[in-house]
Order: sequence, then structure tokens, then C-alpha cells
Amino acid sequence: MISVKNLNKSFNGNSVLNDISVTFETGKTNLIIGRSGSGKTVLLKSIVGLHEVESGEIWFENTLFNKLDFLDKKKIRSEMGMLFQGSALFDSLTVEQNVRFPLDMFTDKSPEEKNERVNFCLNRVNIINANNLFPSELSGGMKKRVAIARAISLNPKYLFCDEPNSGLDPITAILIDELIKELTEEYAMTTIVNTHDMNSVMEIGEKIIFISDGVKYWEGNKNEILNSDCETLNDFVFANALAKKLRSTDK
Amino acid sequence: MIKFLTQIGLYFLLLKKVFSKPEKASIYYRQTMREFVYLGLNSIGIIAIISFFMGAVITLQTAYNTENPIYPAYLIGLGCRDSIILEFSSTVAALILAGKVGSNIASEIGTMRVTEQIDALEIMGVNSASYLILPKLVATLLFNPILTLIGIIVGIFGGWIAGTLTGVITSENFIYGIQYAFIPYYITYSIIKTLFFAFIITSVSAFQGYYVDGGSLEVGRASTKAVVFSSILILLFNVILTQLLLS
Repeated sequence: MISVKNLNKSFNGNSVLNDISVTFETGKTNLIIGRSGSGKTVLLKSIVGLHEVESGEIWFENTLFNKLDFLDKKKIRSEMGMLFQGSALFDSLTVEQNVRFPLDMFTDKSPEEKNERVNFCLNRVNIINANNLFPSELSGGMKKRVAIARAISLNPKYLFCDEPNSGLDPITAILIDELIKELTEEYAMTTIVNTHDMNSVMEIGEKIIFISDGVKYWEGNKNEILNSDCETLNDFVFANALAKKLRSTDK
Repeated sequence: MIKFLTQIGLYFLLLKKVFSKPEKASIYYRQTMREFVYLGLNSIGIIAIISFFMGAVITLQTAYNTENPIYPAYLIGLGCRDSIILEFSSTVAALILAGKVGSNIASEIGTMRVTEQIDALEIMGVNSASYLILPKLVATLLFNPILTLIGIIVGIFGGWIAGTLTGVITSENFIYGIQYAFIPYYITYSIIKTLFFAFIITSVSAFQGYYVDGGSLEVGRASTKAVVFSSILILLFNVILTQLLLS
């Protein structure tokens, strides 16, 4: 479980996160949704410690993460996996070397054990016969899946995904969403996903928080989101023409 | 002024991170070997070509400026040797490497920054500054003196070829000149300067790349800044080191 309490963050005096408090539950796919520029990525990067926060607390189970020093943070970070918006695969390494990298860096496994783990992770995300390809030779969807394989290579307790299906076609986007959900259940991880894609919300949103202009407006699940009274949330959820039409038909 | 001091502070904080204990020696060793190839071996060609022609030009210019019979002919060889050893092989070669290696380092690390690869390393718990910069520093500090020695040998060879082919000096006179009043300390002086310049090129360029904020435009700017600042620092330290080592 990850808890965020009264989190505040600003850049050059401009407030980006304003008194955010939320709990992300273990074994569930927790979604942070909101418009572009609403502060989703800053919130996610603050949680994982890539941004220093001005005030507030970030708890990983019973550990106050944002007050730890670099070495203590490292211990918790070894339990984290993260999927970045642009995949962030290492350009100079092959697919296999990318997935193997955390194993090489943080484990004393034998080469055979590492190979076995790498192949298991790649198979798990349906990447077959691509071990020796470089990231520049992969499609967008494949890059995301390799990045997921790298993120799960050390059996993380926490998985963070920043816009996992941005730039992907709807079918591949659904595959990635399903993969994240399956892995979350399989490994009982605490997963936090940033998205503004309503398909993802309806597919995998077991717990959802909606933020706008750095303020948390709403919290609930995918069954509750369509019946909310929150006007700002409704403007976001029913923004596209199809959703508006469906809503007016319902009414 | 405050911005300048902030940059200096950030530079030294980065160096502190770079020189902290490596996570896993075997991985750093592998990275260092990779950098030997990218930053060292791949620079031999450009250093050899430029050294050859610089040696040739120095020889011809010295010859045309010492046509007076008062000057013995072997002075052309001596002039070529000392110019190459004292200044060209270390300082001019460092300025060339600042352009080649410096821009390469800044753009590589800068691209990793803007594509979140550095964030990915940090999330894994890897000290990204140390992992990315320390192997480059080790590789350039160990390999650039070799490039200097190659530059000296090829430069003098270029001088000999140009001098004898154009007929401005005989082969015997040139060889006598490059052996005449040879001071081995000049080689040490040149290598000491090379070590300082290698550190400047790698650390300044890595600093520019590591703190890139933005997109591809900023990576390009960081690359340019890396070359400019490295070159200025090389020239500044050239004066300081020359005064300290030769006075």
C-alpha cells in the first residue's frame, strides 16, 4: 500500500500539486486520471522520488519514503518497477540486455538463471524472437511491452505506469492495459497508472482518482465514475462526442 | 553571477555523485571497456590525420621562416618536434577532442535525460551520474595520453614526409633535428596537460548533458555549450599548467 498525505509541489513558484492525499491499494490497479497538464506525471514522479516535494508525506507501507536518504531509498526502489511514457529503454542495449540490466545490477544470479528470468519476462509480455533487436527496431507497442518486462524482472512490489498506452492504436492499448491488470493480480503488486484514456479507465480502473490543476477532485472506481456529481470530472469523462451522445441518450 | 555560481555548485555536486562507490564493479568495468572503444579507439583516426597534416604544415612554415643561412637546417626538425610535443599533441588535440568527444558525451547523456532513460536508472536505484560518467572519465583519462603519444609520433612523421618530399630539408637533417637537445620532460609535461584536458572535456560535457531540461533543441544547445566551455577551460588551464610546469 502507498499513502500520500497532504502533498504539495511547485515549480518556480507555480503550484502544480496542491494538498493531495490518497491511498493506493495493494493488488489493485490504481488510476490517476486528468487532463494533460493537470499534474498527473508530477504526482507519479513525486511518489517515486524523482521530484522532491515541498511538503507532505509519501508512505510505502510503514516507511516514510520522502524523508529517507539516497541509500535507504535504494532499498525501496529495488522493489519498484516503472513504465515510462516513452518506454525509456536503453538505446545502446538490446531487448535482452535491457531486461537483464536490473538483474545484472542488483542480483548475484548465475548467467543461466538470468537468461531464464529474462526469457520468462519476455514471454510473459508476448515478446518472442526479439531478444537481439535494439529499441530502435521495435514498434511502439513492443517497446512498451519490453519496458514492462524490464519493470517486472525483479518481481517488484510496486509498479508505476506513466501513460502506458499513449501513442498506441486502440487494440494494442487494450492489450497493454490487460497486461498491466493481469500482472498486478498475478504478483499482488500495488500498481499506479497515469492516464487520460477513458478506455483504460473503464477497462482496468479498480481505484481511480481524478485531479485537475493539481487538486484532487474525485476518488472512486470505474462503476462510480459515470454517475458522479463532480462537474469537473464529468467535463473530462464525457468530453468526446460519443460519450456525450451516450449520456444524453441515457438521460 | 548567481546563475554562474549555481552552475559551479551543481558541477561539483555532480562530481561528488560521480565519484561515489560504484554499485557493481563488473558492470562498470564493462561500461569502461565500451567507452574505450567509443571515446578512445574511435578517436585515433581523427588524431592521426590531423597530427600528420599539422606536422607537415609546421615543418613547411618553419622551413620558409628560417631560410636565412645563419640558421642550421636541422632547426626545422627541432621546431617541428617541440611544437608538436609542447603544444599540438596536447592542447590542439584536446580542442579537437572537445569537439568530437565532448559533443558526443553531451548529446548522448542529454538524449538519455530527455527520453527519461536517466529517470529509469534512478528508479531502479542506480546512481545514474556514476554509472554514466565514471566509465567515460576513466576511459578518457587512460586513453587520451595514448592519443597524445600517437599524435606526437604521427605529427613528427608528417613533418618528415613533408620536409623531405618538398626538398626543404634532407632526411638526415630532419632526423638530427628531432634528436637534438631533446628534453624528455616535455613528454611528461604534455601528458600531464592531456590528463587535465581529458578530465575537463569529459566532466564539463557530461555536466552539460546531465542537466539538460527540455527536448532535442536543448540537447543540441547542451552539445554546443559543452564544446565552447570545454575549449575555454582547456585554453585557460593551458596557460596555468604551462606556467606551473615549465617555469
